[in-house]
Amino acid sequence: MSNRLIDLQHITKAFDGTTVLDDMNLYIRENEFLTLLGPSGCGKTTTLRILGGFETPDEGRVIFDGQDITSLAPNKRQLNTVFQKYALFTHMSVADNIAFGLRIRKKSEDYIREKIRYALKLVNLEGYEDRSPDSLSGGQQQRIAIARAIVNEPKVLLLDEPLGALDLKLRQDMQYELIRLKNELGITFIYVTHDQEEALTMSDTIVVMNQGYIQQIGTPEDIYNEPQNAFVADFIGDSNLVDGTMIEDRLVEIFGVRFACVDTGFGTNRPVDVVIRPEDLELTALPEGAEPGSEEYEEAAGRITQMNPGFLEGIVSHVIFKGMHYEMEVRARGFEWLVLSTRMFQVGTKVLMSVDPFNIQIMNKPESEDEKAVNPEGGIG
Amino acid sequence: MKNFRRLWLDGPYLLWTAAFIVIPLFTIVYYGLTDKTGAFTWDNILAMGTLERMKALILSLVLSLIATAVCLVMAYPLALILTNLKSGATGFIVSIFIIPMWMNSLLRILAWQTLLERNGVINQILQAMHLPKLYIINTPYAIALGMIYDFLPFMILPIYNSLLKLDPNVVNAAYDLGANRFQTFWKVIFPLTLPGVISGITMVFVPALTTFVISAFLGGSKVLLIGNVIEQQFTQVGDWNIGSGLSLVLMVFILISMAVMQHYDKDIAENKTAL
Ligand SMILES: Nc1ncnc2c1ncn2[C@@H]1O[C@H](COP(=O)(O)OP(=O)(O)OP(=O)(O)O)[C@@H](O)[C@H]1O
Ligand SMILES: [Mg+2]
Repeated sequence: MSNRLIDLQHITKAFDGTTVLDDMNLYIRENEFLTLLGPSGCGKTTTLRILGGFETPDEGRVIFDGQDITSLAPNKRQLNTVFQKYALFTHMSVADNIAFGLRIRKKSEDYIREKIRYALKLVNLEGYEDRSPDSLSGGQQQRIAIARAIVNEPKVLLLDEPLGALDLKLRQDMQYELIRLKNELGITFIYVTHDQEEALTMSDTIVVMNQGYIQQIGTPEDIYNEPQNAFVADFIGDSNLVDGTMIEDRLVEIFGVRFACVDTGFGTNRPVDVVIRPEDLELTALPEGAEPGSEEYEEAAGRITQMNPGFLEGIVSHVIFKGMHYEMEVRARGFEWLVLSTRMFQVGTKVLMSVDPFNIQIMNKPESEDEKAVNPEGGIG
Repeated sequence: MKNFRRLWLDGPYLLWTAAFIVIPLFTIVYYGLTDKTGAFTWDNILAMGTLERMKALILSLVLSLIATAVCLVMAYPLALILTNLKSGATGFIVSIFIIPMWMNSLLRILAWQTLLERNGVINQILQAMHLPKLYIINTPYAIALGMIYDFLPFMILPIYNSLLKLDPNVVNAAYDLGANRFQTFWKVIFPLTLPGVISGITMVFVPALTTFVISAFLGGSKVLLIGNVIEQQFTQVGDWNIGSGLSLVLMVFILISMAVMQHYDKDIAENKTAL
């Protein structure tokens, strides 16, 4: 997992004057499962096409295993692609599809037969040799596309939203299949998706992209727990993203209430973005008619201020049962807070809302448009 | 109730088919297999057996095969170029090929006659440039040229359409798996556009085989195609029976060629074309 297999250096690409990738820097380690994640049109496919050789960057270099391959033809690269909509050869049988790359390389028919058998076993489609791709389901076609790529023993497999066309259940099954495959083959996967859950489940490293800029690079845990900016926070998972003011180190003011937090180094009285995950908000129900100053109120408040001196008072406005938990909306200071909890609070309940200082995530507000790019080597937080 | 509605929907279509396809066909079969008194006979079919008519039939077959082959060889690269053009230019170039199709075919052939005549435009230009003149009017070459010119768009369009329908990523997948341009073309692009090629071949070969206009204007009265022989039976000799009999023979050749094409088409559908 240590040495850099691929290095994208200062990649810039524009189509008809519109910049799609802007000075992108990214390296991919050997054996890594790296995911490019971002909304539609952010340049994920373009990045993959540059890696595959179907697109030449306007500026920058692609280094593969120490060699500059920026303008090397796709058929000369040691990478194979699994395309977004399978792109199988419909005029050939499954076996001929899988054999395509091997026959081009003039392998012996014995070797090819063995490889087909092995690949079909790997993707759990034994006995499908003579079927026509058209007669297979979406998930099966996808697995044939993967088999067709891996028999060539590429060092890197590029996958462009390979599960995008499948239904939820099949997608989850295939996610496990892909992870198993990657472990069995021991090769590098570069994976494209706009599904954040898929990215969090499968990846070693996630690259969050938006509008041609890399927003953050990190492990799924990093990305989820410590988003570097408001875009990442908003894109990954559901979260409460609010304006705040950093009063001083370890103290932030939200809607006029001061909360303890653990972040430092933001200066004093600086406007910041604050992210609190819905599962990190804790609710305490107030008894009917409990007013500030009353005994019940002070007792409830006293208990929660032991954790964090700051808290907000609100009213539950919405409850949905989600199986494992309840998803609730709490109206407090004019903001609808999203809260996840295993406990149910009736709509209309007055609650006190508190949060552990560790679970408050502070981020700098972007100062200008140019600050959209993030230094990929930069530390986090 | 349901049956009634079906009849209501299908009726006009069935009527149309009967009036313009089935009845004319049966008329030809009837005339072709009877003599003047209306008695059954094979004579009209066997009438093809004369030397002159066999020569016309074979010449027709040879010329239409050549025209089809030349059209294919010209049309495929053209269609490829069209598909790879930027969107703006494509419309313009496609219309260059389509607009002549809107013109009357007779007019286009007459234009070639004027161009190719002994003292026509081309020869005047050649003369002005002190080059030897071209005497191809009233030869099979002129007819083949006319066929190619007349039917080329019918080859280009179906191929162009099937190339447009081809998923670019299927082509990319072939490159990705190590194929060079040549291998990608022959193993992936061409087989996947074969349906377009086949309909192009049919749309050129059949009208070329039956044409009598092109040969009448560019072949003079010197070169007769089977189309002219049949036409003469109807318009000059006035023998509908022999004319129909000869048409039936020609129809058999067309059916055979269609069957061959169908066979290839089915091969693709059944995934039998191995690498
Ligand atoms: N060949 C092209 N010509 C012109 N514009 C293009 C071309 N390819 C991509 N683009 C544009 O570049 C931008 C990024 O496209 P890209 O396909 O990389 O997005 P993506 O992140 O893969 O999106 P999606 O999730 O929808 O697949 C889009 O605005 C797209 O319209
Ligand atoms: Mg894409």
